[in-house]
Amino acid sequence: MIRLASGSAWWGDRISPAAQVAEHGNLDYLCFETMAESTVSAAQVKKRREPDFPGYDTWLDDRMHAVLPHCIQNGTRIVSNQGWIDPVAAARRIKEIAATHYDAPELKVAAVTGSDLTSRISDVADTILETGKPLTSLTDEIVSAEAYLGAMPIAAALDQGADVVVTGRVTDPAIFLAPMIHEFRWSPDDWNLLGQGTGIGHLLECGAQVTGGYYPDPGFKDVPDPWNLGFPIADVEANGDCILHKLPDTGGVIDRHTVLEQMFYEVHDPANYLTADVVVDFTTADITELAKNRVQVRNISGKPRTGKLKVSIGVAEGFIGEDMFFYAGPGAKDRGELAKQILNERFRIVDLCAQELRIELLGVNALHGAMTPDTSAVPYEVGVRVAARTNTRTEALKVGREVDGMAVSGIAHTGKRVPFGERVREVIGVWSTLVDESELTPEIHFVQI
Amino acid sequence: MPDVELRHLAHTRSGDKGNTSNIAVIAWHEDLFDVIEASLTATAFAGHYDGVVTGKVTRYEVPRLGVLNFVAEGALGGGVSRSLSLDQYGKTLAAGILNFKIHVPETLIDKLRNYS
Repeated sequence: MIRLASGSAWWGDRISPAAQVAEHGNLDYLCFETMAESTVSAAQVKKRREPDFPGYDTWLDDRMHAVLPHCIQNGTRIVSNQGWIDPVAAARRIKEIAATHYDAPELKVAAVTGSDLTSRISDVADTILETGKPLTSLTDEIVSAEAYLGAMPIAAALDQGADVVVTGRVTDPAIFLAPMIHEFRWSPDDWNLLGQGTGIGHLLECGAQVTGGYYPDPGFKDVPDPWNLGFPIADVEANGDCILHKLPDTGGVIDRHTVLEQMFYEVHDPANYLTADVVVDFTTADITELAKNRVQVRNISGKPRTGKLKVSIGVAEGFIGEDMFFYAGPGAKDRGELAKQILNERFRIVDLCAQELRIELLGVNALHGAMTPDTSAVPYEVGVRVAARTNTRTEALKVGREVDGMAVSGIAHTGKRVPFGERVREVIGVWSTLVDESELTPEIHFVQI
Repeated sequence: MPDVELRHLAHTRSGDKGNTSNIAVIAWHEDLFDVIEASLTATAFAGHYDGVVTGKVTRYEVPRLGVLNFVAEGALGGGVSRSLSLDQYGKTLAAGILNFKIHVPETLIDKLRNYS
């Protein structure tokens, strides 16, 4: 049996539960997932603007200082995708932290590289999955393209003795599957084991989402101490059988229902969940509540992988300008409606050139739009929220400027925030394509300082 | 047979991939799955989200786990990265189906969650 735990579900995740599970979890492996679909493209843009940006998870130091002393002490190995666009730099930084602060200069830190396809994407892929059109239909600037590598190169780094493996883009479940392949010597074509292992990885990759996070709903889904959720721990046997649990002194819940919610999270066809390593079939799963906060997961199965890897392509598509202001009291909604009318006229007067403009009333139907039941009800408070997507920063700036104009040139009782910054952000659109796995050559680098 | 909101029969979670949202509907009790499956067809789901989901809706059924998984294309304002929605990931979308009404036979009333 090996014991793995999640150390993060995304870049912005809480850090203290990772330290807690590293210290008290008696772990063999602690695994960090820190990348969203647009992480690589955003990092590429940041690197271009700020040459000092090291190219890896901006919370890398904080996360490693939180867990490394415990991991070193307990012999827990780390697998992490915090390398983003420079896994070698991330590995060096971890090696340096271990040597400088935790008296562990011998820690073996490996980087897995080889997912970047930015310079040759048009040579190796042809169709955009979302549109069915050729890559050449992307007229905006491609800022990044990277393939989702599988677990095998990570497992190989573990085979070579790595205590810490840092990657760039890999599939999220691969971060968890790799230790199982390494420890249990699972064959790269034992599809049922890889399916079960990938399924376990999918259950863990979103951290607290399986232990009561993204879950509480008063009266229906009540969760103890939801301010103190523990990160999930998995005890995995060589045959793939798995028990999910969490530290006893943490909040949250893990039961059949939290497991099912996470099992289907971001899944389309549950019998054919495509990854680099295997096609997972969740429909065969057996989920058994063994005890409070102890759930057994067995028999997730697998089929041969497709041989194609998913590629995310980041494209600079323009800018979004966004701001909001507020009304309350009798007539609040009417004033909000008038504010919408004024802004629409103002954007015409200042000749706003937008790909799309949205002005909506928060508290009425801003989130669910046309499906909102009975929008005739009169709310006591409303927010007016304005957003425009534009080709240029100059046009996007008009949103904040016109909302500022609503302060003294607007209507009665306009509640406005103190203006902060430009209220503009860059849009990096993400598109997908497929590439043959033979186009990628992952490499393992053991770093020194 | 009373009309009961789906939230007493099932719980839901949304996930995002590009401009597609998946909404899993998970029965609170295995005995409730059949009535959910019979009522909440892909067509009924698409009708409920009319004006919000702009593309095709596909329903996957997993009876042995008590789950219906709806995959709604064109649900995220062009995609998470470029959407002008405040809820760019569509995390609130799964809550939108919780008020869908289902005829529940009297024999199943005691299987409902938080219902009186």
